Amino acid sequence: MSRVPKTRKEMPLTPLSFPTVGSMGKTGTWRTFRPEVDYSKCTRCTLCWIYCPDAAIIRQADDSPKIDYDYCKGCGICANECPVKAITMCREEEE
Amino acid sequence: MKTVVKQEMLALNGDEAVAYAAKQPDVDVVAAYPVTPQTIIVEKFSEYVANGEVETEFVCTESEHSAMTACLTASVTGARTFTATSAPGLALMHEMLFVTSGCRAPVVMAVANRALSAPLNIHCDHSDTMAERDSGWIQLYAENAQEAYDLIIQGFKIAESQEVLLPVMVGLDGFTLTHTLENVQVLSDEVVRKFVGSHQIPKVVTHEGKIVPFKLDPDNPMSMGPIALPNYYFEFKRQQEEAMRNALKRISQVNEEFEVISGRRYGNGLLELYQVEDADVAIVCLGSTTGTVRTVVDELREEGVKAGVLKIRAFRPLPVEGIVEALKKVKAVAVMDRSMSFGGGGGAVFHEVRHALYDLTPHPNVVNYIYGLGGRDTSPTQIRQIFEDLQRMIQAKRVGELVRYVGLRG
Repeated sequence: MSRVPKTRKEMPLTPLSFPTVGSMGKTGTWRTFRPEVDYSKCTRCTLCWIYCPDAAIIRQADDSPKIDYDYCKGCGICANECPVKAITMCREEEE
Repeated sequence: MKTVVKQEMLALNGDEAVAYAAKQPDVDVVAAYPVTPQTIIVEKFSEYVANGEVETEFVCTESEHSAMTACLTASVTGARTFTATSAPGLALMHEMLFVTSGCRAPVVMAVANRALSAPLNIHCDHSDTMAERDSGWIQLYAENAQEAYDLIIQGFKIAESQEVLLPVMVGLDGFTLTHTLENVQVLSDEVVRKFVGSHQIPKVVTHEGKIVPFKLDPDNPMSMGPIALPNYYFEFKRQQEEAMRNALKRISQVNEEFEVISGRRYGNGLLELYQVEDADVAIVCLGSTTGTVRTVVDELREEGVKAGVLKIRAFRPLPVEGIVEALKKVKAVAVMDRSMSFGGGGGAVFHEVRHALYDLTPHPNVVNYIYGLGGRDTSPTQIRQIFEDLQRMIQAKRVGELVRYVGLRG
């Protein structure tokens, strides 16, 4: 939050929130396994994009997937659904 | 100074008058669910939509909870929004009433006052709106169809004022007003549009320091009223109270501005005094009953009794100072309540009027008369008896029973 109101006068009429990346917390930090896409195997079928329950896969102009690591929780559904095994789940490196 | 415009005289019942008023100031969205005795408002308005008389988006919802939700969400996109309901519908809206006022959405709603079940009853009393008096809505009560028409128009102007931005509820007595034909003077659409003006939207500063309109807008995305925990919730509620204080002034101003175009004025907009100035005995009431009391006051004045009536037009915000000023010289006051606060020792209006007078020394004797529940008729004879009770109270120098019932089987 960039402005912390000190008095009522500084506050808006009702609580407001504006969309910013991770304003409600980046759920990507929950991940244990991260999906990695092998674009040479990917057939652009978009199944991973369809199945992603968190809308954390962005469908790019050429229909290839781009994983949004700020929100991907690493559930692995995309890797499981991929018919050509172009997505592999890799353990996150421990810090 | 007076620039009263030419008006048309129409024969309308209260519901039709409300629908007519709602059609005039370019309302963008109406989301409503029909319920007796409000039904005619929704029927009439859907006719206007079907006939192309308005460009309003009319949303038929599956319940009143949804109707109020649709109104709230339409309103926060900057749309001028109207709805109407009655007792069970208002009760179903309960949750969303608070969300609407908390989001500071200036929705205008007509409420055809009706009794709450059980037992099932479709007739007039004020149990429905009195139960919502703490919902953060401005509450205005109409005495007749004309005032209902005028209040809806004024309601938009009050609700949308930048210093107010609160939703407005206009109460009109079920059947007594909603279904009774009266002569109603209506202004032209153009005059009403000009009077209400365009819907001005305040500005807010975003997290990036950008100044954007306070509305849901894809170009400037924001969430409204998402969450405020113990750290900020309290302040937002206190701001609503401030808006109510501002509404006191605004209601009076709008009442005066309305007089300039229509020639009609209702006291100071908050209270309407009739023969109260030198009265010994006075009745405080709201809604259509005021008309009956006026008639009795006229009769009593002819007989030399100094009687008066104080009509509360704005119950939220309650004009406490005005009530004190009006009643400070009156010896005995009867407050009439058309609803009950079970176990509370009197009705809501009684509690608040009596509370307002507490600091006066000496203060008038104030008693409560519960009347007309479930649409029971209150006759001039009964009103006269109340005034006689008050006179006896003064002579006997004894108050007696604090809460009394009018026209009730013993």
